[in-house]
Amino acid sequence: MVTLPFFAYTIAFLFVPAASVMIGAFQDKANHATFSNIRLLFDHPYIDAYWGSIRISLVTAVAGALFGMLIAYAAIREGTPRWIRSVLTTFSGVAANFGGIPLAFAFIATLGPLGVVTTWFRNAGYDYSVRWPHFQLFSERGVELAYMYFQLPLMILVIAPALDGLKREWREAAANLGAKQWQFWRHVGIPVLMPSFLGAFILLFGNSFAAYATAYSLNQGQNIVPILIGAYYTGNVLDNPHIAQALAFGMFVVLALMMVIYIPLQRRAARWAK
Amino acid sequence: MRIARPRMAPSAYVWLLLGAGYFLVPLYSTLAFSLKKNVAGTPCCTLSNYGWVIHNGDFWHTIRLSFVLALETIVISLILFVPTIYWVHLKLPRLRPVIAFMALVPFVVPPIVMVVGLLRTFHGAPGWYYGSPYGFLATAYVILAFPYMFFSLDAGFRSIDVHTLTEASQSLGARWTTTLFRVILPNIRSAALAASFLTLAIVMGEFTIANLAAFHTFPIFLQYVNESQGFPAGALTLLSFLITWAAMLSLLLVGRKRGARGAAIAGAR
Repeated sequence: MVTLPFFAYTIAFLFVPAASVMIGAFQDKANHATFSNIRLLFDHPYIDAYWGSIRISLVTAVAGALFGMLIAYAAIREGTPRWIRSVLTTFSGVAANFGGIPLAFAFIATLGPLGVVTTWFRNAGYDYSVRWPHFQLFSERGVELAYMYFQLPLMILVIAPALDGLKREWREAAANLGAKQWQFWRHVGIPVLMPSFLGAFILLFGNSFAAYATAYSLNQGQNIVPILIGAYYTGNVLDNPHIAQALAFGMFVVLALMMVIYIPLQRRAARWAK
Repeated sequence: MRIARPRMAPSAYVWLLLGAGYFLVPLYSTLAFSLKKNVAGTPCCTLSNYGWVIHNGDFWHTIRLSFVLALETIVISLILFVPTIYWVHLKLPRLRPVIAFMALVPFVVPPIVMVVGLLRTFHGAPGWYYGSPYGFLATAYVILAFPYMFFSLDAGFRSIDVHTLTEASQSLGARWTTTLFRVILPNIRSAALAASFLTLAIVMGEFTIANLAAFHTFPIFLQYVNESQGFPAGALTLLSFLITWAAMLSLLLVGRKRGARGAAIAGAR
């Protein structure tokens, strides 16, 4: 009885809308059943948008997971003062929640045409917009660089407890048994960390796959799925909303696949969390 | 005898410095931008961009809208989730994994997908709901807040002895409402506050749903200024940072990491 309002609410505002996207994806303008929207997803420009989204998500998840882990390990490992660790986790808690329009502006102020770092380089006689024309803040690489600002902290937050789980006694035990540094990592460290690492990787992937505001603010022409969906509603070209629904359905399918991989990994990772 | 402290590894220095550089330079650049004059070539520094913000009617209008929306979202969320999670911990522990699983659904249905569904579902709804931010947006934001609320409150309830507290309160003759408000709520206050601050940060920064549903909240105004005037946008961005920071630091102060893991998973991307 007490839980009834909760279930009623989540059904009305989460499950019914989600189901509505799925139904709409399989309907034509007259609401008749059709596969044509889904088939359209495999054509240009839609399939390119999916590849664009997947590329950006993969790059930022790989880079975020690797560098995030290295930074977290640098802060947690023995010899690093404790305060660095608490500053890093506090900062990560803030920065992980910090994206969208302000983040995009911070990067425009840094690396945009008038950006602070751009100006530093230009004054030093190195104009990277000329020397390195492939890099532009408004390009895919630029969007990836900005996404790292929320990917890295997310990785640090998620992986820190797992790194804590690597007990000192294990390392000492390994050393006592004559294991070398690399042998400890090869047989103990990496196997223990792997489920957490892969789980975090999936979280990071989903995190940038679903991101809209940052990319929108940097470059509205960016060819990724959320931007394409958004264009259907913010432009005045809403001739067939079912295409937007099919696009959203496609995102749902990709993210659901990720979740199917994530849940068992999470369970394995929890084994060492005690 | 003193045991020598192990020294910091050189590679740790390198990674921490690189990380610090990556995170601090954009913040510095935003600050530098916000202090620049609109006229090219004039020297640093001016506060005129901040003056522009303070004297802008749209700024006050949109930030008020976003703030009231955040409060509304927090109130609805607490009313909806606190009794539910309390009841689940008290009487229906088998339902807990079900709700925990439901809290993962927003990961699979991110804001950009959710707004498409909401717009389709409530297309024919009355104007006071569909056309009003306090209706349409607020109900959507409660769903965005749901995972954070759940993970934070769930941790809060797990750290107290729900059964003993409830029995003690009832055997002294308290009614359910008294038990909930005078006994349970004070005990999970820090978890509820942490979840509320997080919700505040999320709503104050939410762009996706507001943009697609065409409501003029604070982030929409921020984007509009970004597109039209560079230097005041610096001041506005810094202000927006400060709001997020204040909310998140309050969270850390009250919550001591409770819900911090849930906190990680989303935000205003």
